[in-house]
Amino acid sequence: MAGARPRPPRPPRRRAPPGRGAAAAALVAALAAPAAFARDTLTIGITQYPSTFHPNIENMAAKSYVLGFARRPLTAHDAEWRLVCLACETLPSLENGLAVRETTPAGRPGIRVTYRLREGFRWGDGTPVSAEDLRFAWEAGRDPATGFGPAEYYRSAYELIVEDARTVTLRFDRVTFDHASAGDFQPLPAHIERARWQADPRAYRTRTAYDTEATNPGLWNGPFRITAVQPGASVTLERNGAWAGPAPHFRRIVIRTVENTPALEAQLLAGQVDMIAGELGLPLEQAIALERRAGERFRFTYRPGLIYEHLDLRHDHPALGDRRVRQALLLATDREAISQRLFAGRQPVAHSSVNPLDPMHDPEVRRWPHDLARARALLEEAGWTPGPDGIRRNAAGERLSLEFMTTAGNRAREQVQQVLQGMWRQAGIEARIRNEPPRVLFGETLSRRRFQGLALFAWISAPESVPRSALHSEEIPREARNWSGQNYGGYRNPEMDALTEAIPEELDPARRRALWRRLQAIYAEDLPAIPLWFRADAHVWPPWLEGVRPTGHLNASPLWAEAWRAR
Amino acid sequence: MGRILAARLAQIAATLAILSFAAFALIALMPGDPIEVAIAGDPRLSAEDAARLRALHGLDRPFHERYLAWVAGLARGEFGHSRLFARPVAALLGPALRATLALAGTALALALVLGVALGALAAARPRLAPAVDAIAVMGQAMPTFWLGILLIILFAVMLGWLPAGGVPEQGFGLSHLVLPVATLAIAHLAAYARHSAAALEAALTEPWIRTARARGAPERVVLWRHAFPNAALPVLQLAALDAGALAGGALVTEAVFARPGMGRLLHEAVMGNDTNLALIALLVVALVTMLATLGADLAQRALDPRLRER
Repeated sequence: MAGARPRPPRPPRRRAPPGRGAAAAALVAALAAPAAFARDTLTIGITQYPSTFHPNIENMAAKSYVLGFARRPLTAHDAEWRLVCLACETLPSLENGLAVRETTPAGRPGIRVTYRLREGFRWGDGTPVSAEDLRFAWEAGRDPATGFGPAEYYRSAYELIVEDARTVTLRFDRVTFDHASAGDFQPLPAHIERARWQADPRAYRTRTAYDTEATNPGLWNGPFRITAVQPGASVTLERNGAWAGPAPHFRRIVIRTVENTPALEAQLLAGQVDMIAGELGLPLEQAIALERRAGERFRFTYRPGLIYEHLDLRHDHPALGDRRVRQALLLATDREAISQRLFAGRQPVAHSSVNPLDPMHDPEVRRWPHDLARARALLEEAGWTPGPDGIRRNAAGERLSLEFMTTAGNRAREQVQQVLQGMWRQAGIEARIRNEPPRVLFGETLSRRRFQGLALFAWISAPESVPRSALHSEEIPREARNWSGQNYGGYRNPEMDALTEAIPEELDPARRRALWRRLQAIYAEDLPAIPLWFRADAHVWPPWLEGVRPTGHLNASPLWAEAWRAR
Repeated sequence: MGRILAARLAQIAATLAILSFAAFALIALMPGDPIEVAIAGDPRLSAEDAARLRALHGLDRPFHERYLAWVAGLARGEFGHSRLFARPVAALLGPALRATLALAGTALALALVLGVALGALAAARPRLAPAVDAIAVMGQAMPTFWLGILLIILFAVMLGWLPAGGVPEQGFGLSHLVLPVATLAIAHLAAYARHSAAALEAALTEPWIRTARARGAPERVVLWRHAFPNAALPVLQLAALDAGALAGGALVTEAVFARPGMGRLLHEAVMGNDTNLALIALLVVALVTMLATLGADLAQRALDPRLRER
């Protein structure tokens, strides 16, 4: 009986006319048999509800996931982490002439990049997606009153030229290797949105049709369009009749938000949701436990991604400022054992902040195996000798005692924290656990640099994303910069500064790779942060679902939902 | 009666005004504003972006200015916009309140009816009192989340008779309501059973009950017509308190069964630093609680002639 679905209401019975009963029964059986097995609806469970459906306001994983079905950006990274065109015809490059180096009117090196929209690309109401939609998105993005998120792209793209109805050229005042990536820049339906924006750009974020009439077909240009919204509970999508790409298999997609993960698991087991999206699904340990219990009923796929779990540390701390102590901490940490015991080996150990799937990852980067003897020797060398209670002390008699923080309520991190505390104690290092809710830890303690020792949390990035904000000395948060920047530990290294400045501007892939190799070498030796592992997403699918390809980055799998099929 | 009602309504208005200021101050004093949290999640947000977004959301203005602007908006009938759900606050409150009333109202009514019935059974048949007590103790001792999960495992996962949670895309969804209502009702009926049993037992020893029995009134009439109106007063007061508490949403039940409602809305608004939504939701909950208490007081006056004479 396990997993049985709730029974649908029974239709009223009618007596068939005499003599036609057998024929009718045969016809019903013939029609009903294929219908019973044709799966054209897919119900997906996720743990977060999008706070807005506007593609450019707020940046959150739930929105990226839902909108992946309903709109296509110009470019995206695919499951192999290659940049590909989705709404454009050809990826611009210097080689194909769609990217051309030039000098800006201010006399600086610049670049012009041309995008041509795919033929037959239409909004759900039949209106062609045009250069005017890109012009509107660019104008709205450049206006500070609009309330879009990061504005650097729009600031750098100082001019947009409409070449023809489907082609635009953007002129940038900076030349970077990722000039072909349009990032968040994507067509917005000018025929619906421009008037609302022009009426009052400051109020646009509260008046946008994406939130006031999300079921308007003219807002969506993907293979599906939103047809129903239950705030906080579910979003229903149906095939978009104006979609000119490959026809999607599913007629209907229902995305249900269930924040409580045991409740989400129960809905999966009860057949109320068909799958749980890995991008926003069960914590890894819960998925592993579920696989042990119900592995035969579902397919489980674990995809390590760009969520980099690590320990940030204060570089102005008397002990942690010494590289030998940082190295000793890493040597005393048996990351492989933690990954095996707590996460069934699903989370690959990190050796730097660059994911092994990233094209710029250096497989030769220095690795630090678990070696307690070497950790102890390094601590001795740094002047920390064992005290009577087993905790080391320096010449001044100060104990090697470190405050250790993480996000309260995150069970996996809290477990890891306790294991690390025990491991470090064997090396003579005391860890004093003090956790805070995420909003306090990220909103105050880290951003205002009020943590005193170590902080365990994760960074989310994109493929080949230069970690300038976390490693450049200018990115150390301080009041004069309105506490922006994410170099919370206060790491300073002039060579690292130079590398994070040079990499974005190096267009030659071979030379860029050499710079990346050097960055990873410094990272692994200097340990600005202590790498732990790359978090894996647990995707739980029904056995009959095919074609879902988890990406492991922020361009979520629904961007290719037209390839999803039911067996 | 009219004077009492007017005084109580004035008292409610004053309480709401004080509460709004206290809640606004508490939310403003909470560490970390939404922009700080957004910066932590998006490395591309620069110092300039943070300053621009803070100004756009009015977070760069002093506390008193923000509070006065909010009060002025409220006076114009504008509840503001939810930053978390990108919708007008009024548009969010209606469905959440309806969902909570459907869940909590049904559960409360069921708990009241079953609880009073069990209490009456215990009072009228003292031999059954230990069994009723056992049921009450079990209901009170079981944590709601645990009971909810047990019911889901049994009726949704193993038997497949009822949905495990959520709400239907269309329609009222009676089947979706069964398990959460049962969970809440079981948790609350224990108190009603014990209170009504104790009150009825006490009432049944009163002299007017002896008189009624001496006049030959059947036991059913003695119990329901003579003893129950007196025994109902403490149960009514308890139900009013429960109604107020449940108006704030049965957060645990809503979370376990993934149902939208006031509890989840309020929790998300506070945790997400959505000041407009949190404040209005909090005031609505406070208003419903105070009105429920007022309703119970008025009902008590109607039932108890001694109170009417004061």
